[in-house]
Amino acid sequence: MIRFLLFRIGFLIPTFLGVTVVAFGFIRLLPGDPVLLLAGERSIDEERYRQLLHQYGFDRPIWDQYLTYLWDLLHGDLGTSIITKKPVFQEFFTLFPATLELSVCAILFAIALGVPAGVIAAVRRRTAFDHAVMTTALVGYSMPIFWWGLLLIILFSGILGWTPVSGRISLLYYFPTPTGFMLIDSLLSGQDGAFASAVSHLILPSIVLGTIPLAVIARQTRSAMLEVLGEDYVRTARAKGLAPWRVVGLHALRNAMIPVITVIGLQVGVLFAGAILTETIFSWPGIGKWMIDSIFRRDYPAVQGGLLLIAAIVMLVNLLVDVTYGLINPKIRYRD
Amino acid sequence: MTDTALEKEDGAPAARGGRIALLIEFWSYFRENRGAVMGLAFFVFIVLVAILADVISPHGPTVQYRDALLKPPFWEEGGDASFLLGTDAVGRDILSRLIHGSRYSLFIGCVVVSLSLMIGVVIGLVAGFFRGGVDTVIMRVMDVILSFPSLLLALVLVAVLGPSLTNAIIAIAIVQQPHYVRLTRAAVLGERPKDYVTAAQVAGVRLPRLMFVTVLPNCMAPLIVQAALSFSTAILDAAALGFLGMGAQPPTPEWGTMLAEAREFILRAWWVVTFPGLAILATVLAINLMGDGMRDALDPKLKRS
Repeated sequence: MIRFLLFRIGFLIPTFLGVTVVAFGFIRLLPGDPVLLLAGERSIDEERYRQLLHQYGFDRPIWDQYLTYLWDLLHGDLGTSIITKKPVFQEFFTLFPATLELSVCAILFAIALGVPAGVIAAVRRRTAFDHAVMTTALVGYSMPIFWWGLLLIILFSGILGWTPVSGRISLLYYFPTPTGFMLIDSLLSGQDGAFASAVSHLILPSIVLGTIPLAVIARQTRSAMLEVLGEDYVRTARAKGLAPWRVVGLHALRNAMIPVITVIGLQVGVLFAGAILTETIFSWPGIGKWMIDSIFRRDYPAVQGGLLLIAAIVMLVNLLVDVTYGLINPKIRYRD
Repeated sequence: MTDTALEKEDGAPAARGGRIALLIEFWSYFRENRGAVMGLAFFVFIVLVAILADVISPHGPTVQYRDALLKPPFWEEGGDASFLLGTDAVGRDILSRLIHGSRYSLFIGCVVVSLSLMIGVVIGLVAGFFRGGVDTVIMRVMDVILSFPSLLLALVLVAVLGPSLTNAIIAIAIVQQPHYVRLTRAAVLGERPKDYVTAAQVAGVRLPRLMFVTVLPNCMAPLIVQAALSFSTAILDAAALGFLGMGAQPPTPEWGTMLAEAREFILRAWWVVTFPGLAILATVLAINLMGDGMRDALDPKLKRS
């Protein structure tokens, strides 16, 4: 197992180096003078220009700059945001809990609905329920989620007035946020209604962000279940006279979940991409909105750092999924 | 030489004579899938709409009727029969804009798929045939591209290149081609040990011909399926970029851009938001239905029972 783990990690290092090259190259590929870009909108005189050129290290050879970049990176230094003047690393991890909270709620929503729907569709194969689930899943998979979010706002916030339009919590509440997770912080604050307000702000964004994962999970669960239900051991279990729900719930589902877990893990990238759109629509102060705002504000160190950290997180989660897969499925572990 | 030709005929069923028979076989499988046929029908409809856009659209896509701002669709109170789906905030006919928008979506899909398919296939063939260091480097580079969420990488690429429809297309094509590289390489690795490839090599077929003429036709099935699926992804991603203001720029009647312009009116005029999104959803859904049908018909191994 240790060998498998080391092998997987060793595999990641060249890819991660590649990611750093992309993030490093990004600022240098931008049209225009990087110093002027980093200096922001203000015009600068000759002397200040030379000073900045030296400060950012653009007067040194490119490989030297790259090595310095890597060295800083190893020390957790991703540069400083042009707009807020705060370290990018700190900015990212201040906003990250908001995106994490939203993503976790979205994926829980997708699992809670997608797995049962997929299982029932497989068990009741070729019935109206199966067709309905599969059609809905394909519609969900084809959904432009930025439009879906706007529709839900029109319906639930506009016409019905049930949910708030934007933000993480009502402006009526103000309390310290030690964890950064609004659901936890609102409970800790002990203020009446704060938790309910946080929940009501989370519902629509979670549904929007969870829609595509939901479709993928429902489809994957159904096809994995169908495969497993055709296996001999399931037939044996049925022949022994076990209750149908035991056969499906205990015998079949456990094995069917292996590919489903992989698919769930692979949704991290989807969630980040979706977070960009979802957070923009709902003014959710997370990483996705921060990236978009940084792009529009030409805050290139922030874009550069965000790009790197997001890729690193996606790679890390994929590694975790691989390792989990190796843990639950020895066939993979011993192959190499 | 005759022996080789026979071998090839044997191993490569896509040879000239069987092509029509293959198409008929494909259609007979495809036809079984009702959803796929419906998807195809709708797709043909969209293509016709795009071709005939100038003839069938009641108004010009950018003509502003200053006396008809935010008119609701004709069935709503205050609607006007000359603006069937209503008008937007500057008095442009939504139906006409949607009709013209179909051109952009289909164009984006076609260009992205052709670009990423061509580049991806060539790189994938090279990786599969040369193996060794070349293969390792290519696959690591593809891993790097794939470790970024695709929409994010496309966004950053557009930020580098400057926001426009062309740059959005280039960015999406770059982000999508690793899938083709992986598929082509995997298919090549599967085909290479087969007898017909060895026979062709022994007969002295040169490498380029071996790659493109002997082996490639037998790797097409997964690539065609991927092309269909990435056509829809391209439309979705381009619309998302347009929505974020990084794709086609106003007043282009691209569906995603239309949604971006409509955002501030969502609680006042539902129609300016609803119809462009519906057009995106219907088109993408139709293509995905077709793609599913094509996968089942072309590759029984992948068939989802």
